[in-house]
Amino acid sequence: MNDIARGELRNDGATVIRVQAEDFDVGVEIARLRAGNPRIGAVASFVGVCRDLNDGAAVAEMTLEHYPGMTEKALDGIAREARGRWDVIDIVIVHRVGPMRPTDQIVLVIATSAHRGEAFAACEFLMDYLKTRAPFWKKERTPAGDRWVDARATDDAAAERWS
Amino acid sequence: MLNVLYFARLRESLGRDTEKIELPPGVADVAGLTAWLRARGEAWERELAPGRSWRVAVNQDMARPESPVRDGDEVAFFPPVTGG
Repeated sequence: MNDIARGELRNDGATVIRVQAEDFDVGVEIARLRAGNPRIGAVASFVGVCRDLNDGAAVAEMTLEHYPGMTEKALDGIAREARGRWDVIDIVIVHRVGPMRPTDQIVLVIATSAHRGEAFAACEFLMDYLKTRAPFWKKERTPAGDRWVDARATDDAAAERWS
Repeated sequence: MLNVLYFARLRESLGRDTEKIELPPGVADVAGLTAWLRARGEAWERELAPGRSWRVAVNQDMARPESPVRDGDEVAFFPPVTGG
């Protein structure tokens, strides 16, 4: 990374939130966070991926709809809540929207911290809250036609663990 | 004037993604606005019935039935979220 090559160190963290149609590169995102920050001792990341089977039906394609404006506001609120609970350095949330096919990446969450416990916990918390609080909706294309994905009670239960 | 938005299943069943509504007389909260919309009948009555699963946001924050609705607010109706 250029910053490292120049020998510049940074001591601050950042919150990065992006809602985009384009794919993302986990390696690039992590390298960008780590560049020149010697405080980071742990990086935990999660990638959600589009599957070809859901609720017993073959899924050929999926479309992610969102609420522009509220989505970014909700994700920012979730990131702030994570920072209030754990001593994390960076938080990255990248969520794709639009059409996606099986094996495509959907969502990326990264948390960095000095030690692994905080990064692991924050990463899982961010995903659990994102699943139940951020305004995204999935529509699947199956052999029987298009269908909106129903919210899962297990996702609510996962989010409630943190309250 | 309220700016009312609909997303996902509700956008499709109600046949619109946005509309401007003059704040109806007597409507002061989410529950009041929902009842007023439900009185349009048919898809409105069906989709916004108490037993159906839907959520409301006021000015891009999740809201509850008792959350106030004021002139100029942005109110959004949508199904429970399924991102991630």
